[in-house]
Amino acid sequence: MDRVILIKYGELTTKKGNRKFFINTLYQNIQKKLKNMPVKISRDISRMYIHFEDSDLDSILASINQIFGIHTYQVAYQVETDISKIQNTCLLALDGVTGSFKVETKRSEKSFPIPSTEFSRQLGGFLLKNRSDLTVDVHHPDTTLCVEILKDYTYVYSKVYYGLGGYPVGTQPRALLMLSGGIDSPVAGYLALKRGVRLDAVYFEALPHTSLEARNKVISLSKKLCQYTDHIRLHIVPFTKIQEEIYKKCDKDYGITIMRRMMYRIMERLAKKYKALAIVNGESIGQVASQTLTSMQVINSVTNMPVIRPVACLDKLEIIDIAKKIDTYEISILPFEDCCTIFVPKHPVIHPQLQECLKNEANFDYEKLIDEIVDQVTTITVTSEEDTFDSLL
Amino acid sequence: MVYLDYSATTPVNEEVLDSFSKTCLSFLGNANSLHKLGVESKQLMDASTRQIAQLLHVKESEVIFTSGASEANNMALQGIVRQYPNRGKHIITTKLEHSSVLECLAYLEKQGYIIDYVPLLDTGLIDFEALKKMVTKETVLVSICHVNSELGICQDIDKIGQFLTNFPTTIFHVDGTQAVGKIPVCLDHVDLYSFSAHKFFGLKGIGCLIKKDNIELEPLIFGGKSQSNYRSGTPALPLMVSCSKALRLILSDFEKKYQHVEKLSHLLKQKLENIDGIVINSGEKAIPHIVNISVLGIKPETMLHALEEKEIYISTKTACSKDSGESLPLVALGKTSEISGHSIRISISYLTTEEEIDYLVNTLKECIQKLKF
Repeated sequence: MDRVILIKYGELTTKKGNRKFFINTLYQNIQKKLKNMPVKISRDISRMYIHFEDSDLDSILASINQIFGIHTYQVAYQVETDISKIQNTCLLALDGVTGSFKVETKRSEKSFPIPSTEFSRQLGGFLLKNRSDLTVDVHHPDTTLCVEILKDYTYVYSKVYYGLGGYPVGTQPRALLMLSGGIDSPVAGYLALKRGVRLDAVYFEALPHTSLEARNKVISLSKKLCQYTDHIRLHIVPFTKIQEEIYKKCDKDYGITIMRRMMYRIMERLAKKYKALAIVNGESIGQVASQTLTSMQVINSVTNMPVIRPVACLDKLEIIDIAKKIDTYEISILPFEDCCTIFVPKHPVIHPQLQECLKNEANFDYEKLIDEIVDQVTTITVTSEEDTFDSLL
Repeated sequence: MVYLDYSATTPVNEEVLDSFSKTCLSFLGNANSLHKLGVESKQLMDASTRQIAQLLHVKESEVIFTSGASEANNMALQGIVRQYPNRGKHIITTKLEHSSVLECLAYLEKQGYIIDYVPLLDTGLIDFEALKKMVTKETVLVSICHVNSELGICQDIDKIGQFLTNFPTTIFHVDGTQAVGKIPVCLDHVDLYSFSAHKFFGLKGIGCLIKKDNIELEPLIFGGKSQSNYRSGTPALPLMVSCSKALRLILSDFEKKYQHVEKLSHLLKQKLENIDGIVINSGEKAIPHIVNISVLGIKPETMLHALEEKEIYISTKTACSKDSGESLPLVALGKTSEISGHSIRISISYLTTEEEIDYLVNTLKECIQKLKF
């Protein structure tokens, strides 16, 4: 018996004019994600169909669980729209089912002679006759058998799985994610991807104060995010000089505030360079000194770009839950210094004043440094493909 | 040459050797160095570890590389009693264990530990009901081999492990040296599991101890952090890579390999049954890879050398046993000295062919005729 995976779009259905664009993007994303598997994907206005080899089902479902823009999906039996064939397929679909059931029919092909409710009733009767161990319960059934009747084919399934929801990645323009190696920023990236945003990541590196292991950690995190998007460009910013200047020329208490202002300035420059429309980061209100509302306001004032903070209102534990779900937590807690943890003052200012910032920043020519640094940014493209050790292992 | 001693060791798979030499040449950094070369080596080491963890369905942090199974066994047994000196002095094992377990426990016996041996059923399986009665709150350790190396008897470690979960302070160690790569392995209810790569077409000198995260272990070798906190020394990266590769290769097409061995094993046993003077010791609970027989009236060593003359290589007992007396497992199973004193082990693999089996059987027949008075 032929089985097929049915993909239902969910929130996409509200996008009237753009519907085709959204569906096409989702289609391409699914194609890319399943490129190593022998599948046939087709689509119409309300759903997608994936024809697959039985042995691949588990890995296909695992992949589908990493694609944004899917509301629900089902593994359905596909059968010709013919009453006796549908009956037999329903019987097959109830294999292994115990307790109570009900049949729900959707008849989008109105030329099918029997109305939906009537057909559900008839099917229920047929099934009861053949499976005397089952009972019918239309209010709280253990199993709901769904029968979707289309023109040529009918689809029968009893389990509905929920996808990740959101919008297909690529339906929104690009944003730049500040990716540090901590717990919050990968989660922020994940949530931005969920809304369909295309993502580049930016890592501020302070060699030799930070190690290459810290960089590898960020690469590993980017790799994890690539489960949800095709690839991520990772821009590595050589940040050492600015950090050293700040450490030498500015009030210690203002060190972090000034550093964040410099980062935002560089982010804005990079956004222009890489045609990104927003900055995304993992700031969460009040979590550390540089993330109080006062700090945010003073730091944010260096740029007019939208700064998206997807985890701004989440508790740390809520962020950790997501980090565990997307498999970044274990990487994030590896103990390597990053550029935010070195040069940390004993008492960072919690309510910084803009005037003070400007005064401190007048102590060195940061514009020139930023020019230099932006020129020296290196970019690597990260994909979810495993490291190139394949030939050795 | 007809090699039928795969349970002693296996020839290295050429792809494994290739990975070994490539790693030697291209990854010179010490995986613990902080510079780029070190980081590259560490990434490869982590990938090797991760692959082993995935293949065995355990966590990456639960894989400890050792020099082989003997070290892994020692690390497990000595490590546990040193880590938990106050949990009791009682240890349970069997007479089916490899010498690296038995000798290690003999050493612990001298230190004041009480070693008890679970009785065996006629099939060679441990007497599970007896084990149930033996375990007490004083039992710090139970060590039982997954597959016995002489007879091939395969214990139900899952059932034993599940029972032992009733004793949270009793640690369950399993020597899996003869199991990994030969039969499916499930480590869900095992605390510690040893194996060695050269038993599955890897290189000699590398193996693993799987140690579940929820238990601790005192190291045998102290020093800085290495691949794990439990064994110091510069990580033997090329060997680790080769071990990971060997495991992946042996587990690919696993079913097919197993069926091939099963078929040949069946054939061999069928043919041997018809030879006068041969008793088959590997019964229904033995894995097909190991066929232990007794050639009545002919000394095992004489048999070994007679076959060797015809370029057939087999074992008397196991390659690692020290003395040349009777087979300990066969004695434990209550066999007469006629049987336990005359056993040889034929071990086959997925590389073995039907022609080799035929040649062995015919040569055996000739030898028996020649040597018997």
